[in-house]
Amino acid sequence: MSTPVLFDVPGPKAKARIRIGTVVGALLVLAVIAFVLVRLAGNQQLDPQRWSVLFDPASGVPQALGEALVSTLQVAAVGMVFATLLGLLLAVGRLSDHRWVRLPITLLIEFFRAVPLLVVIFALYLVLPGFGIRLSAYAALTGGLVLYNMAVLAEIFRAGILSIDKGQREAAFGLGLRKSQVMTLVLLPQAIRRMLPVLVAQLVVLLKDSSLGFIIGYFELLRQARSLVEFFTPQFGNQYTFQLYVAAGLIYILVNVLLSQLAKYLEGRTNRSNQAGGAAVKAEPADQMGAGAGAP
Amino acid sequence: MQFFVDNFPLLRDAFLTTLSLSLLGGLLALVLGTLLAAFRVSPIPPLRGLSTFYVETFRNTPLTVVFFFIIFGLPQIDFALSFYTGSVLAVGLYTAAFVCEAVRSGINAVNPGQAEASRAIGLTFGQSLREVVLPQAFRTVVPPLGNVWIAMVKNTSIAAGFAVTELTASLQRLANANAGELLLVLVAVVAGYMLITVPSAIAINHVERRVAILR
Repeated sequence: MSTPVLFDVPGPKAKARIRIGTVVGALLVLAVIAFVLVRLAGNQQLDPQRWSVLFDPASGVPQALGEALVSTLQVAAVGMVFATLLGLLLAVGRLSDHRWVRLPITLLIEFFRAVPLLVVIFALYLVLPGFGIRLSAYAALTGGLVLYNMAVLAEIFRAGILSIDKGQREAAFGLGLRKSQVMTLVLLPQAIRRMLPVLVAQLVVLLKDSSLGFIIGYFELLRQARSLVEFFTPQFGNQYTFQLYVAAGLIYILVNVLLSQLAKYLEGRTNRSNQAGGAAVKAEPADQMGAGAGAP
Repeated sequence: MQFFVDNFPLLRDAFLTTLSLSLLGGLLALVLGTLLAAFRVSPIPPLRGLSTFYVETFRNTPLTVVFFFIIFGLPQIDFALSFYTGSVLAVGLYTAAFVCEAVRSGINAVNPGQAEASRAIGLTFGQSLREVVLPQAFRTVVPPLGNVWIAMVKNTSIAAGFAVTELTASLQRLANANAGELLLVLVAVVAGYMLITVPSAIAINHVERRVAILR
């Protein structure tokens, strides 16, 4: 927004109009907020006592939400590691020279990209038992996340590998490296670095998707909030319902914003090092090799 | 084959529910997302702030949580919606954030000279956005919008967790009732989704080729 393209640097008349627009716009926004707050207050949702339960260790709520956050992150972390590793393998497989490797892997990737994640999770949770394999909610959720995201990540890695300058590959072959060495020593390291921001963005998606565990009854944040609500309802009615859901939602937003910030930070870093690398190519090819090998 | 004949009504209804969820949610997302993108490039700071806040919030919230708020949260402020309406709203509001980002990237891709020229001939902000910038922006964002659409069709599956009998929920129901034919159930449900996504992908490619702007 630093350089407005769609409107001129405003003159006095336009400034006056924008000021009016600002006031009207701010009033509209405030009106919506006020309306929601009035409605909430009207239903006694804003009573401090209702919110204090979230921070009162005696009620067990903070501990329960903390545990749920851990189990959410656990699923997400395991999913991330396996999805990334399998995604790398599949990306390499899809670029294989052998038809019999390429074809089934392409089919596998396209299949999991086309099917909704929840269907994959249901298939693991509901359909596999029909074949004698009974998975826990945890395994079904993690498995679904891995299968779905490995396909998405494979495409991200493949795009990264294909975006590497053709000369890199040719030069590596020219040096006498084998096919596997060209891939693991030359192409993959560059592709991963280039795709790091997209990769982290996809991992944010994975973390968000772990909330699907709620539907199959895995105790992640959302399920925990729901069960706390069900626990409190007989004693207090739905006194804490709204607050608990808000808390679960806010925790998700907080964690995801942190991860998104990481993605932005990484994007800034890789951009800088790309520029540095680009500059070094012009100056001294040896410098770039050094920079590439020494980069963290 | 008998399985498909027996369960055809359920599968058909489930498919139509998924389709109507997708269409209504998509319409809502398209209208709201475009409006948000217009806010985001407008000269009025509170509207810009509102739009940024909206997009950042919804992009970082799991769709399941959005569903939760709409279906279990809104009744707390006296807006009780049916599960179906709530699902349309959840999917639409969530997807609007992504539509906004796609359209905004399209607006950024329009050559600044176009906007400058339209201002030079005296068009106002609204006119230059409507007549010059947005039509070009939409033509460049056909592929990303297409991706958003296909992702949204798949996302409607979450409505299964909220008592809407769409395709994924029918999987759950059929899997419980037809233990012997689980694979067929799976095939039927997956085919239901593909019946929407594959023609969509072909149509998107076609439209993209038709309207692409060479820069």
